[in-house]
Amino acid sequence: MNGRRSQATERGAGGAPLGTVAQSGRKAPALRHRSVARRKAVDLIVKVLAWIGAWFGIAVMAFVVWEVVVRGISAISWSFFTQSTPQDVTSTSGGLANAIVGTLVITLVAAAIGIPTGFFGGIYLAEFGRNGRVATAVRMIANVVMGVPSIIVGVFAFAIMVKPVSHYSGFAGSIALAFIMLPVMARTTEDILNLVPNELRESGLAMGAPRWKVTLGVVCKAARGGLITGATLAIVRVAGETAPLLFTALSSPYWMSGLFGSGGFFGGPVANLTKTIYDLAGTPYPAWQSLAWGGALVIIVAVLGMNLLVRLLFQRGKEW
Amino acid sequence: MNKSASPRRLIRAATTALALVVMALAVVACGGSSGGGSQSSADTIVGAGASFPYPLYSKWGEEYAGTGGAKLNYQSIGSGGGISAVKAGTVDFGASDAPLEEQELNDSGLVQFPLCVGGVVPVVNVEGVADGQLKLTADLLARIYNGEIISWNDPAVAAVNAGVTLPDAKINVVHRSDSSGTTWIFTNYLAAAAPGVWKAGADKEVPWPTGVGGKGNEGVAASVQQLSGSIGYVEYAYAKQAAMTSVQMQNKDGAFVAASLEAFEAAAAEADWQTSLPSMYLVLVDQPGATTWPIAGASFILMAKEQQDAARGKASLDFFDWAYTNGAATATSLDYVAIPQTVYDLVQSDVWPDITSAGTALWK
Amino acid sequence: MSTVQNTEYLASPRGSRDAAEAASRGRLRLGDPIFRVVATACGLAVAAAMFGLTAVLIYNSWPAIAGLKTEVLTTVAWSPSSGQYGALAALAGTALSTVVAMVIAVPLALVIALLLVELVHPSIGRIIGMAVEMLAAIPSIIFGMVGLFVVVPFMQETIVPWLVESPLGSVPGIKPGPTFQGGGLSIFTAGIVLAFMVLPYITAVARDVLRMVPQVTKEAGYGMGSTTWEVLHKISLRYANSGIVGAVFIGLGRALGETMAVAFIVGSVYTDLPRSLLDPGTTIASLIANTFNEATDQIQIAALIELGLILFLISMVFQVIAQLWLRRVQRKTGGRA
Repeated sequence: MNGRRSQATERGAGGAPLGTVAQSGRKAPALRHRSVARRKAVDLIVKVLAWIGAWFGIAVMAFVVWEVVVRGISAISWSFFTQSTPQDVTSTSGGLANAIVGTLVITLVAAAIGIPTGFFGGIYLAEFGRNGRVATAVRMIANVVMGVPSIIVGVFAFAIMVKPVSHYSGFAGSIALAFIMLPVMARTTEDILNLVPNELRESGLAMGAPRWKVTLGVVCKAARGGLITGATLAIVRVAGETAPLLFTALSSPYWMSGLFGSGGFFGGPVANLTKTIYDLAGTPYPAWQSLAWGGALVIIVAVLGMNLLVRLLFQRGKEW
Repeated sequence: MNKSASPRRLIRAATTALALVVMALAVVACGGSSGGGSQSSADTIVGAGASFPYPLYSKWGEEYAGTGGAKLNYQSIGSGGGISAVKAGTVDFGASDAPLEEQELNDSGLVQFPLCVGGVVPVVNVEGVADGQLKLTADLLARIYNGEIISWNDPAVAAVNAGVTLPDAKINVVHRSDSSGTTWIFTNYLAAAAPGVWKAGADKEVPWPTGVGGKGNEGVAASVQQLSGSIGYVEYAYAKQAAMTSVQMQNKDGAFVAASLEAFEAAAAEADWQTSLPSMYLVLVDQPGATTWPIAGASFILMAKEQQDAARGKASLDFFDWAYTNGAATATSLDYVAIPQTVYDLVQSDVWPDITSAGTALWK
Repeated sequence: MSTVQNTEYLASPRGSRDAAEAASRGRLRLGDPIFRVVATACGLAVAAAMFGLTAVLIYNSWPAIAGLKTEVLTTVAWSPSSGQYGALAALAGTALSTVVAMVIAVPLALVIALLLVELVHPSIGRIIGMAVEMLAAIPSIIFGMVGLFVVVPFMQETIVPWLVESPLGSVPGIKPGPTFQGGGLSIFTAGIVLAFMVLPYITAVARDVLRMVPQVTKEAGYGMGSTTWEVLHKISLRYANSGIVGAVFIGLGRALGETMAVAFIVGSVYTDLPRSLLDPGTTIASLIANTFNEATDQIQIAALIELGLILFLISMVFQVIAQLWLRRVQRKTGGRA
């Protein structure tokens, strides 16, 4: 960035230094001076714009979180965590307890289905398929599936889980969420396992362990931190989804009552946090809107908290 | 070789996870609120449909559950949704403010009966205008919703609103984005009271000439709250509970009436339910009377004639019976008009006998 | 079969002991085949899920595809109660809101990435980078709520009136159309909220891609006397070109399918093409979300699923393009994108 030095050493086609009057018809030193100054000015402007733009972008993101905190904090109370969704528009009581529990159950069941399947799928990609044709295809398909809009997943789950039996169910919601988790977990597992050096596998095999023991006992153990991070982040990500639950688990103002039957997990709509927030936010009642903000705050705290937690606990040396 | 091998740990981890899930389900199954121990499939009745009566039905549901009856899970998804849900059999009953005609009822194997009467009220969010202050006629309302009158201080509007300072602001129109019985009532009114002006028809969904859509009565109310200079139409309970600015309407007799339970009752008093049998299809807009609210309507319940699950069908009828006989006070508190006993007698004698399960009538 | 696999370690002196151990533990001989089968099955499950999704969508939308033929793609209005199933309004809204989102998000993402890579101290860069990645985890319903309660009134009362009064207000595309309702609930507002939803994704990928530009090349540029900006746009961006484009496609794909952030705020006007960014409209995703549960008859449900299929195909196209772009980056730079 030393304009002067380059000015001194640049040479024109004829060999004489540019900018000297010796070159016929060449630019006068004054213009070149301005040109350097201009370049510096442009650089400065761009830097300033970049700073402004970047901080603006970051500020907006922070603002989003801030708004949720400010508006939601007033809704958080003991009753928020113990009472179920209000139905009576005239009362101001009510909480989101049943919705929170519902989300937990739906997400855990989804995890029970999606995490192991994704985990073994990732093992396939990392250990068996590797660069083969099938595995490459599976990898690309997994990347594509990760980009499918979650509402389409909801429509899919509706078509296979709700339509045939003519009723909504929490389980249908879990299936939708598991579908989303599957490729995420598979790719994450593959990426983590690929980081484990081959020497570990070789030494395990050389000691006489069968393949499955080496993979599960040695490689996965070494990659334990990353795997737990990946699984947790996948779970947390689907816990915040709304669209897949719109046509599957729907929502309910009540606690889940058992497994089957119209109030049960497999038999009928199940309250969940995200859909309930969506419903409450679309009402004109300040008390209910406040509950919605409280729910939003719970979600943000859970999502950001878990993200932070797993990164701090398990990201040893992995670059952010 | 390391014997505390990961397969065992994996199995342990998987078992723990499974146990956690089962425990969570068990806790939820046994825990939760009021007496949810009964595993019978009739402990919850599922209904869906109109958002018009949602404030009333949900409060009734809470009270009914408190007396030991079944729990009501009512999804406010709009009348269109309620009709399709009950046709598809995904709910125990559907609710619609737009009644089905006899032909459609027969084709779909449904019965219908009114459960309450309410009023649809235009609400506005205009600076300087207080609740009940603004007056509109059917003609003005139709032209606003046509997009012909676009400014609040339009001379036509000012003409009927002497003494009210109307700002020079654009009128932002809000209507329903979903298939709605409230829209059905509202557009029926515009078609009946301003036939020369309102051309978009009267249905649950119409090709609106202008305006943004809100989902459900709640959505329209919320949108009007958020957008300055807007006008929308909602069922009165929503306007009142959300403390919104409602509008006085000119009724058939030419008087400007404010929305109130008495005005709705005056409209409901004109209803001739006897002649409406067997479908009980009735339109209550633009009724005569000096104190009548011109945009009133009944909200109907739809049930399948042939009930798949006798227990749930009976449980639903028990709930409606309770609502008819004990729900009047609650209805009045929310400014809905309760269906009188005489009409309920008609429902019991002429409509409910058709509800059967495996051949036997469910209501005795 | 298991003997073939076990020969890997039979060469070692302990081989026979292990073989004996293997023989005595019956399960062990099945362990590897079972493991392989399970893993392969799960791997294929991922692919199967995708094919299953496509098949189910096609199957369930078939009544609409066969019955409505091209009506869905050529008619404007979506009004099932009058038998109209046109998705052009929704397609237009999706396209417009996505374009608005990209126009806002891509430059912002680039400058933030630039900031993180070039302009701040690496440790601050790491913290901000982590913050950006965590912000990417914020669920869309949160954006929808902040959009509805904060952005919409702000747009309606402050930004749009100013915009309409200003010289920009007569530019076709910004000039309010006949369906204009104040601009609070509009394509523009939806685009703005979408922009901040996809911003973290594009930023993260852009940052990774910019980081992959070899130091040597950049240093060569600085050594020649270039300013930071010149190094960036003559060297880094050219180098990271494909990666940035890939990042944009990823953001695009996300913005196209975003539902909850948009459902509240786009205005839900299904029957008219928006004539301006300030007009209300709808997107495919929010149309499905808002009307699916109340679909009145089979053809309507099928038509909605067909809309879902269309959205799926569009987003898949962008995903595939993004994948191919990013693999080019991978090959060019030798790293994993």
